[in-house]
Parts: sequence; structure tokens; C-alpha cells
Amino acid sequence: MSTTRNILLAGFGGQGILFAGKVIAYAGLMDSKEISWLPSYGPEMRGGTANCSVCISDEAIGSPLVTNPDIFVAMNLPSFDKFINDVQPGGIVLIDSSLIDKKVERTDVTAFYVPATKLADENNLNGLANMILLGKLYQETKFCSPEALEQSILKCVPPRKANLIDANKKAIALGQAQ
Amino acid sequence: MPEKVLMKGNEALAEAAIQAGCRLFFGYPITPQTEVAAYMSKRMPKVGGTYLQAESEVAAINMVLGASAAGARAMTSSSSPGISLKSEGISYIAGSDLPALIINVQRGGPGLGGIQPSQADYWQATRATGHGDFQILVFAPSTVQEMVDLVSDAFDLGDKYRMPAMILADGMLGQMMEPVVLPDHSGKELPEKPWAASGRRGRGTHNIINSLYLTPQELERLTRERFARYDKIKATEQRAEEYLTEDADVVVVAYGASSRIARSAVNMAREKGIRAGLIRPITVWPYPTNAIERAIPTAKAFLCVEMSMGQMVDDVRLTVNGRKPVHFYGRTGGIIPTPAEVLDQIEKIVGGAE
Repeated sequence: MSTTRNILLAGFGGQGILFAGKVIAYAGLMDSKEISWLPSYGPEMRGGTANCSVCISDEAIGSPLVTNPDIFVAMNLPSFDKFINDVQPGGIVLIDSSLIDKKVERTDVTAFYVPATKLADENNLNGLANMILLGKLYQETKFCSPEALEQSILKCVPPRKANLIDANKKAIALGQAQ
Repeated sequence: MPEKVLMKGNEALAEAAIQAGCRLFFGYPITPQTEVAAYMSKRMPKVGGTYLQAESEVAAINMVLGASAAGARAMTSSSSPGISLKSEGISYIAGSDLPALIINVQRGGPGLGGIQPSQADYWQATRATGHGDFQILVFAPSTVQEMVDLVSDAFDLGDKYRMPAMILADGMLGQMMEPVVLPDHSGKELPEKPWAASGRRGRGTHNIINSLYLTPQELERLTRERFARYDKIKATEQRAEEYLTEDADVVVVAYGASSRIARSAVNMAREKGIRAGLIRPITVWPYPTNAIERAIPTAKAFLCVEMSMGQMVDDVRLTVNGRKPVHFYGRTGGIIPTPAEVLDQIEKIVGGAE
């Protein structure tokens, strides 16, 4: 198996796509891996789709731009349609099924459907659908060690929002249980 | 060991400049470098420095000129179209023999171009950052860590040779986050600047900072002095990384963002049994001709890879000077080439050579 995981997260601005990517990247750093994080910037940031490339590797990372992800997390339909055919054969696709009603037609990838936005609303975790999906991603791929994930949350939630650490952890646990 | 933190290239670079003793930043926002200015606006007041958003790029570079003339460690930052606006001031700074740090986080051009990563300002940086007979030091980082490390070197060498220095980055390096260890320069003294226009302080004469010389003989003499300095720099300050070049049939030459893709392609080629290597210029002025020279006897061909229509390839060709074939592959307009595209070029060269 490749020692590099190329991850693409995509959705609308405001869904926490970049934050989820940062949590994954920091977890990789906590595991002493080589990592990179590259956001879409420019017009996309201003109201359209947002996406973020994260690479975790044992070796120095070449291009931080993920064009053919091993792991694809989709949080809206335009992003799903745009990137689904770029996923590597054998790759993993994680879909917020409360926002995307399509199924993956490809048979060479493994798809997981989590109604993350609905689950967030039902569990008083508004705005944390991203972390629910991240919990599911961790459950299915173990992209990092459990300690690294815990530490990453502590690193990524800014001090002025420290009251949200528990909610983030709860969302991740909820995602893991799906 | 100091802790590794995850930072955007633009922010890491800004913090590195503060760590290197810079307390004066003059800027104007432009994507994809705005985070440099945004970070400075937050940090400078906390370290007793000044962040000033000028009314234009032209104003910002002239503020740098003034600050530097007074002996301060000063910088400005922009992206491609903004650097064009600064070019007049850069020429004046060079003509006044002043140090200054200029950051270019390149985007696609010409004109307003685009906002995605590009390397199309190589000619501008190494040939004509403004009018007149002059060069500036140009550093080309390829990682966020290297952006950090080169900032203090650029300041120090700019001071040493009394000339402007540029960090030639691009939107990819500016926007991406990577683990980085920030330097600790605390306790390091900035060099004395006895030439600065900072008051006579008991000297008999006052210092004059000027770039106007109406006597041709005097202007020629000063320019020749400057070029004697450039010769010394070319002899002593070249920097490059040589990766798997010793036995390489195909030597890829790439800097900055495209060198990362080229390295992946070289690794892929090696896995296929193709002897490929990489020369990665870290200074692009002075150009690392020594590294190219070392590869010429064993290389069968060179392949220059850039995010432009082919600009640095001129320097590779000037160095190789017809002794081996020099090929070029580039993407432009903000497109980042893939390792597979570069590998394809390497395979074509190997196939064609046999």
C-alpha cells in the first residue's frame, strides 16, 4: 500500500471544510508524518464551493494539490459531481447523505453515507457535520493514531473557542458510531 | 527540539521576518499574499514595530526606500501585478545601494492575470526588476520551512551587499500549510549601518542616499563597482540542492513549487529504472551555474520544468551552452503540472535518446 494518503475535502464555504482538513493535517503532524494542507482560495472562498487538499505521508510531499484523492469527503452536490470521477480506484468516498441524495455509481471505490448535517442538528451539534464526517473517516481509515486525533482537536480549536472542544469531540465520537 | 507548528507559508514568512528583526512592514493587499500583510498588521504592534498599509504599491516600496535609507530593516510584500508597480522603487533602491526585502508570491500573468500559483515572473525577478543596470538577490523556496529559513538570509545578505533581496514564492507556497520550526534569532545583533542617513552622530560629514548621478563617468564608476560586487556574489552565494544527480541520465531543473512536482516525477522515474535526478536552484540570482556544471559531464539531457512558458530555461541553456540537449516542459496561467506529466516528458527524453 502507498505510504501516502491524499485526501480531498469539498463542500460549501462555511461548512468547516478547511477546519476539518486542518484537524486531519495536525493529527498527521502529531504522528510525526510529513503533511501538507492546501485550500482553494480566491473566488471559491467568497461564497461558492470550498475545498481543501491534505496529504499525509512517510516521505516528503511533492505536490500538495490533490487531483486524484485516495479519500474524498463530499459535503455538497456540486463538489460530489465535480470530483467523484477523480477518486483513485480503490479509494474511499465519504458522503454527507443529508445534503447529497445521489449514490456513487462507480464500483471501484468504497462509499460511506452519513447524514452528518441531520445528525448534527438532532444532537445539538450545529455546524459540526464536518467533525461527524471526520469521526467516520477516522473509524474507516484510521488515518492517524487516537492520541494524535485528540491532540489535534486541542491544537486546532482556537483558545477563544475552547468551550467548543467537547462538542467537537462529541461530534467525532458520533461519527465513529455511524 | 523546538516544536513544529502548522502554518501557512505567508504567515510563516511574516513571522520569520519579525524574528529576523524586521520592525517595519509597508504593504498593500493582493491575493495570494494578503495573509503576509494581515499577519503583520496583528503582530507588528505587539513587538513594537509598525505595520502600514500604504495607499498603493508604489507608495509602499518608496516607504521601504526611506526606512532603509535611515538604516532600518524594512520590507514589503506583494504578488505579480503589485511587483510591477514596485519596480520603479526597486530600481531606486538598487541605485541607492540600499538593502530591502521584497516578497513576490507569484500569480498568473500578464496583466491582472489570475490568482492561482505561477512562476511567470522569473524574468522580471532575475533580469529586470526595474530599469537600469542592476541585479537583486533572488531566493526561491520550495517548502514553508524554506520560506522561513530564507527570510533571515535574504535580510542578512541584503545588508552585507547593500542591495535589495527578493523571496520569489508563489500562490501554492503562500497558501499551503506545512509543519515548520520557527527560528530563534533572539540575541542576534543587526549589523551596523554607518552609511545610513540617520543623523550625523558626531561625524564630520552627513550621509547622502541618492540614485541621481548626472556625470556619466561617475555613474559608470558606481555601476562598475556594483557589478564587481555582483561578481563576488556569483562566485560565493550560489545555492542549489542536487538530488540523485550523480548518475542521472536526465537531469530535471526546477525551482520552487514546480521542483516539488519534479522531485515526485524523478522518484517515479527511478522506480521504473530510469536514472533521473533533480537540480533545484535555491538562489535564482545568483544562478547556481556550479550545480549545472557538475551535472553536464554525466547527464545525457536536461529538462527544465516551470509554471511558465519557459523563463528559467534560458539560464539552464546559457550554462549548458550547447554541450547537452536542454528540453523544457511548462504549464502556465495558474496550472500546477502533475508528476505524471513530468514523468511522461522524462520518458520521452529517455526514449528519444536511445
